[in-house]
This record gives sequence, C-alpha cells and structure tokens, in this order.
Amino acid sequence: MTRMGETMRKADWRAVVSRVVGVLVLLAGILLAAGLCVANTPTDHPVPNIFEPHSTPAESIRHLSHFVLGITGLIFLVVFSLLSYAIVRFRNRVADSKREPAQVYGSTQIELAWTVIPILIVVVLFLATARVIHAIQDAPKPAGRVEVTAIGHQFWWEFRYPGLGIVTANELHVPVSDSAHPTPTFLKLLSADTDHSFWIPQLAGKTDLIPNRVNETWLDPQETGLFLGQCAQYCGTQHAKMLLRVYVDSTEDFNAWVRGQQQPANYDEKEAAGRRVFESTACLNCHAIAGTNGTGRFGPDLTHLMSRRTIAAGAAENTPENLRLWIQNPDAIKTGSLMPAMKLSDTELDALVRYLETLR
Amino acid sequence: MSSDVIAIQTAEAAGRPWIQTLHEWVTTVDHKRLGVLYILYALFFLVIGGIEATIIRIQLMRPHNDFVSPQVFNRMFTMHGTTMIFFVAMPILFGFGNYLVPLMIGARDMAFPRLNAFSFWLTAFGGLLLYFSFLGGNGLYGAGNAPDVGWWAYAPLASRAFSPGHSSDYWTIALLASGFGSIGTAINIIATIVSMRCPGMKLSRMPLLAWLNLVMSGMVLLAITPLSAAQLMLLVDRYLGGHFFDTQAGGSATLWMHFFWIFGHPEVYVLIIPCFAFASEIIPVFSRKPIFGYPVMVGATVCIAFVSMSVWAHHMFTIGMNSYANSFFTITTMAVGVPTGIKIFNWLGTMWGGKIQFKTPMLFCIGFLFQFLIAGLTGIMLASSPFDWQLSGSYFVVAHFHYVIVGGILFALFGAFYYWYPKITGRMLNEGLGKLHFWLFLIGFHVTFDLMHIPGLLGMPRRIYTYEPGRGWDTLNFLVTIGAFVQGIATLVFVANLVVSYFKGAKAGNDPWDAWTLEWSVSSPPPVYNFASLPTVASRRPLWDLKHPEDPDSRYE
Repeated sequence: MTRMGETMRKADWRAVVSRVVGVLVLLAGILLAAGLCVANTPTDHPVPNIFEPHSTPAESIRHLSHFVLGITGLIFLVVFSLLSYAIVRFRNRVADSKREPAQVYGSTQIELAWTVIPILIVVVLFLATARVIHAIQDAPKPAGRVEVTAIGHQFWWEFRYPGLGIVTANELHVPVSDSAHPTPTFLKLLSADTDHSFWIPQLAGKTDLIPNRVNETWLDPQETGLFLGQCAQYCGTQHAKMLLRVYVDSTEDFNAWVRGQQQPANYDEKEAAGRRVFESTACLNCHAIAGTNGTGRFGPDLTHLMSRRTIAAGAAENTPENLRLWIQNPDAIKTGSLMPAMKLSDTELDALVRYLETLR
Repeated sequence: MSSDVIAIQTAEAAGRPWIQTLHEWVTTVDHKRLGVLYILYALFFLVIGGIEATIIRIQLMRPHNDFVSPQVFNRMFTMHGTTMIFFVAMPILFGFGNYLVPLMIGARDMAFPRLNAFSFWLTAFGGLLLYFSFLGGNGLYGAGNAPDVGWWAYAPLASRAFSPGHSSDYWTIALLASGFGSIGTAINIIATIVSMRCPGMKLSRMPLLAWLNLVMSGMVLLAITPLSAAQLMLLVDRYLGGHFFDTQAGGSATLWMHFFWIFGHPEVYVLIIPCFAFASEIIPVFSRKPIFGYPVMVGATVCIAFVSMSVWAHHMFTIGMNSYANSFFTITTMAVGVPTGIKIFNWLGTMWGGKIQFKTPMLFCIGFLFQFLIAGLTGIMLASSPFDWQLSGSYFVVAHFHYVIVGGILFALFGAFYYWYPKITGRMLNEGLGKLHFWLFLIGFHVTFDLMHIPGLLGMPRRIYTYEPGRGWDTLNFLVTIGAFVQGIATLVFVANLVVSYFKGAKAGNDPWDAWTLEWSVSSPPPVYNFASLPTVASRRPLWDLKHPEDPDSRYE
C-alpha cells in the first residue's frame, strides 16, 4: 500500500510538471510569434504574421485579438490553477486511504456563481467583437479608393482594375494609404470555378471567393513593401501553389505602375516568329495579349507578363528558364495545374520565350 | 437493488469450430457483442486513419517535400478526416453506448436488437465502400482513386465538372449508408433509455452516461438527417441533372455549406458529449465522491445540445455574411462556452475534497480536462468573428479541432478503455503499459498540437501539400511531425496493451474500481442477458447504497 501511495504521489507530481512544461512551451511559442513581429524590418515581410499588421482592418483585428487573448489567458490561468491545486491537494494519501471522503452532492450558490460569471464574460467579449465586425464590414468608402475585381481561378488570381483599364494576374499592386488622404483598395471578389479565399494576413482577414456570389473586402495599407499570402480555401489539386503577392507601392510608384500597365503590348519586329507561335497554337485559347488575336480569359493575361516577378501564381520566379520549362512541362513546376504541356519544338519554344520576354 | 444477481451461463464452450464462432458474431443481435464489434471496427479504422495522418505529416516535414504527389496528399487529408469522424469516432462512441447503456440502466438488451445489428452492418458497409474507392474510384476503366474533395466536399468542388469519375460518389454513398446506421442506433438508444430502465430508475436517477447518450442520440437525429438530405441532393446533382449545388447552372455553393455545417457543428458535440459522459463516470469513482451538481450537469448538457444547433455558420464567417449574421453567430457560439464551462467547474467540484487515485483511466480524464479547457478557449478566439477571419482555414483551426478531438475526445476515450476493458473482457489492462501509453501520448500530443497553432498565426493555410520556405513555418512543422511519431508509438503501446492484457491481464472480478453503477454488479464479462433478475434502484449510485447500507445515497436525493 505504501509503495503504491508513493508511485501515485510521484505520478501526480509528474502530471503537474508536465502541465507546466506544456504551458511554457505554448507561451514560448506565442512569445516567439510576438518576437517575430518586432524582429522584421518594415520593408520586407517574409513571414505573414497576423500579429504584425500593416493595414487598418488587420490592425483592428489585432487589437481585438489581444483583448480576446487577454481574457481567455486569464480564464486559463484561473481554471488551470484551480485544477492543478485540486489534483495536488486532494490526491489520495496513504494514511487514510481506506476511508471514503465526505460525500458532497453539489452547491447551488457555487454553481450559480460559475454560471453567472461566464455569462458576463461572454457579454463583454461579444460587445468588443461586434464593434470590430461593424468597423470592418460596414466601413465607409472614401472617394480616393482604388477598386479592383479579384477573380479566383484554379489555381491563380485574376485582377482587374475597372476604373483604370488594367488586367493582371497573381501580383496585386495597391497604393499605400495615409490617414490624411486615405486611398484604401476595395476588392470585389468573384470566382470562375470553385471556392477560393483571399488572404493576406498582414493586410486583412480572409474573405472567400465563391462562384455565383459577389463578396467584398478592403485593404488600407499603411506601409509600402511586398506582402505575401495565398489561397486559404481548398480549391483543388494545386491549392497549395495558388500564392498571392501584394505590392504596396508609394503613390508615385503606383501611378508609374498604372501608366506602364496601360501601355499597349510591346511589339518587337525581331520576335515576330515567337508571336506567330503564340497566335497559331492553342496558347490564345486561354491567354490574352493586347494587340494580338489572343483574347482568352481562362489563363492569365500576358500583355505585361514581364512586369511580374513570378509565374504560375508564385510557384516559380519569372526567369527565361522557368518560363521555358513552364511552357514545355508545367507539371515540373506545378503538377496538376490546368496549363497543358504545349508540345512545341525547341525552335518554337525558344522563339516563343524570346517573344514573351519582350512583353514588359 | 436486488442482490441476488445470478450469473447466467454463456454458451461459450472451448473447442468449437471457428466458423461457428464467426457465424455467431456476424449474426449476433446482443448489444454487448455489437458494442464490441463497433469498437473493434473503429480501432481498425483508427490505425488506417493514423497511417494517413502520418503520410500527411511526413509530407509537411519540410518545405517543398515530395514524399507524395499533391493528388495523393489531397486524398490523404480527405480520407483522414472522413475516416476519423465517420468510421472511428462515431462507431467507437456508439460501441461504448451500445455496450454500457443497457447495463447501466439495468436492461437486458437494447430496445430493438435487430435494428441494432442492422445499424452496425450499415455503418460497417459504409466504411468498406469508402475504402473501395481506392480500387473503383475512376470506374472500371480507371486506375481507381480515393476522393480528394476534402471531408466537407464543398460545392462546387464535388460537382461532376470538378470531380469527374466516381471517387466522390464513394464518399457520398459511404456517408449516406453509415448515416442511416447512425440514425438507427440513435433511435435505438433513445427507445432503450426511455422505455427500458429498471424499476426505481427514474430519469433523475439515471447515470450521467445514460443521460448524455440520450442527448447525443437526439442530436444525431437532428444533425445526421440534413447531412443525408444533402448527400441525396448531391447525388441528384451528379446523376439526375439537378442544380442544387451546381454553380455553373445557377446553383448555390453556400447552400451546401449550410447543409454541411448544420450537421458539422452539432456533430462535434455528438462526439464530445459521450466523452463528457465517460469523464462524468470516471472522475467521481477515482475521486471517491459523487458527481458534483448532477442536475446542473444534465441541464448544461441539454443546454449545449440546444445552443449548438444554432452556431453552425461560425464555420462560415469568411463567406461574406453581413455584419448582423456574423454578430449573431458570434454570440451563439460564445454562449456555448457557458454550459461547457459549468461542466468543467463541476468536474473540478467533484475532485475538490475527494481522494484522487491516479489510475490510468483517471490520468486520461485529467489530461482531458486540461486539454478540453484549452480547446474551449481557442474556440472562444475562433468565435470572435473578426479574429476568425484571420484564423479560419489556417493551421490554428487545425490545431484547435485536433485539441478537441484528440486532446478531448480521444483522451476521454482512452480513459474509457482503461476503465471498462475489465468489464468487457474480464481482465485488467496493464497499469505500467497504461501509464507509459499516457505519458508518451501526452508528450506527443503537446509537441504536435501546441506547436501546430503557431504556423496558423504565421499565415499557413490548411490543406496545402507543400509550402514555401522562409515563412517561419519550417521548424515548427518539423517538430509537429516529430510529435506525431511519438503519438504513433504511444498508440502502438496501447494496442499492445489491449492484446497482451486480453490473454495475460490480471483477473478483474466484478468490480475492480470499487465503483457505483449497475454494470459493476454483474460478472466480467457480463452474462448474455446481463441481469438474471432485474435490479431495483433507489438512488443514482445503487452500488454505493449496497456497500454503505448505513449511509445510502437514497437518503439525500
């Protein structure tokens, strides 16, 4: 009996120690996440950390999340301590292990207390939440806003700027917004096929793109730089490589980018052979290049392909080698993407890539 | 209660041909045998679902890994989710319910023994059908494949245009079949509890396990029916030219979401309520005190059941509902926290002032308490809809619901195994191996699922077969995978314990835990018809009354 009692005591101490270690690990993790907020330089944002927002809606969410984390953290500490105390304090001791403890069936007062207090906490949490829901969802639309239509495709993003006459893909450019002259970007979200979700953690929470439905989200970035995200709703085979890049440009850079995108497609007579390949093969069924007879919309618009840093929705850098590989064998970069292998001869392939390289 | 319990001789006789034994098991309508069949069936699928999880974790161990192709990965997470929910958690809980409810309410069998057998075999058929998709998914001419549409099979991904072949049909029909099985068992449990309680067992004297199974069964009726309806509508879409969910023909993708989650969220409670039931039986016995606040525990459970029927759209905060709908589902979801909190506090009240014995069943229940607490708190974070716009669909959510399902449900289930295995087999599970299992699993669980929250906070979405390096996810994912292996090893220890103890375990006797409910009054394993003469009870703890005639519960209730 004695030995059993000892192992029990040992076991319950181990239980306590293990819990404490568990919590420390969790806290360390949260601190690590928080530390990453501080460590990153402002212009480069490789870690899409939700606790390091650079845009009004994401910022309000962070405020709310700190409040919610604070309250739930407090509840955790209280209940954790009570449970741990009960386990240690009321463990079976050897001395009187045979006698049954006092049989208590309940207590109306105590039970009432631990019903009413949680109700109050819920009310507070709800009110705080409702305020942020309203602030984000029912935000007024200032006159200086940029409007973009984002269309989700398997497995890439189409971005259209109806007011500016721009069509591009996968890399969204938006102007930085300052509180004196806010230029937020409002996105109309549509889907061409299955459900997708638009998520740039540092700029805004996610909103789904659903076929037959028009959704809306907005960004109000306070800082320039590249922000990363990706599709957050499972949309098929290559959901994982439906990456998303948002460039927040200074007002001048954004205007320059707009002017560039509004130019007609570059056409270099030297690359007529490559253009012929584009116009005479199946490329044009899916892709558009302004000024050619290619007007397809199933794949990304290529008019200013070279203004983009990546291809295949961020799966590869936009280099001539990658472009060539992508046209020759898309599966090598993105298995299961809907781009077919074009089965071109080497000469055609080279000519085509050289032509695409001119589309600045 | 009656003390003249006579063991009825079972028809077990050594040396019978195995075919006869097999025949008996296949044709059995005995609730205990069906319970065991459910449990064994679920354990088999637990191993398969575990292997799928391992494949997922190996693939995600490092960025740009190519252990499996994207197609295989997508099938693995679809099959892992579907298997674990429909062919592990549901049947294993029905198995325990089947086995324990009649014994605990002093009945000789379920109300409808043949329906019971029918329900089990329907569920079993569903699981086989799901896995047959590996062979038949592309039809006769294809190589075959498993469904890859995710376990929600969101429209329009599951429509013919995006899911050609038959893989998602196997998913649909498997769930339809097992869904009918679940409905049958739920009706059976309700009928049994309502009409077959032994003399003296008023509803207010029923063990909490029976109460919670009653509530759970009611929820199954309300939750599985819309799922089955949606599956039929999907089949109509796919084969009869319907357009319910066919967005290319004007159908609605969100309609499917509503159907799925009006099933999906109550389903979580369908799974966790029987686990509350295990904790509510095990914690009192090992604290040597009656459950604290029995009426409130029952009330809180019924309350959870009601409120959980109105929270489903918190799975859909990102679909662009208006601010009123988002606010409504925020408050209902947070409200579930109140009755759930009451339960945790009442378990605490049960332990308070007790003499806690740290036997393996109790260890698992203590793990359950702590982990369910954390899962509930991350649930509050997800209920706050703007916070959810960041967390939804990320690895934070994956960590959260695994905290519920593994940290809550599975821990309580392991506790139930250690607690009732002696009753079911007549032999104790080995305590040493049990403690090893507990500690290994506890460590593995926390390494995996504590850390898994963080990549979600750093922007990692779920259901991606690979990820880009340099986003702060690499090390965390590596550690998560290590933890998964530790859990795998712990599970092997458990399976070994089940097998070894069946042959070598210490004899259990009728009542190894000095417990108080009726199942411990009969032999282990119980005789075929449970009770030679039906017991009569005068309180919630009939065996306490029997063991303490000087101070029976019946005096206070």
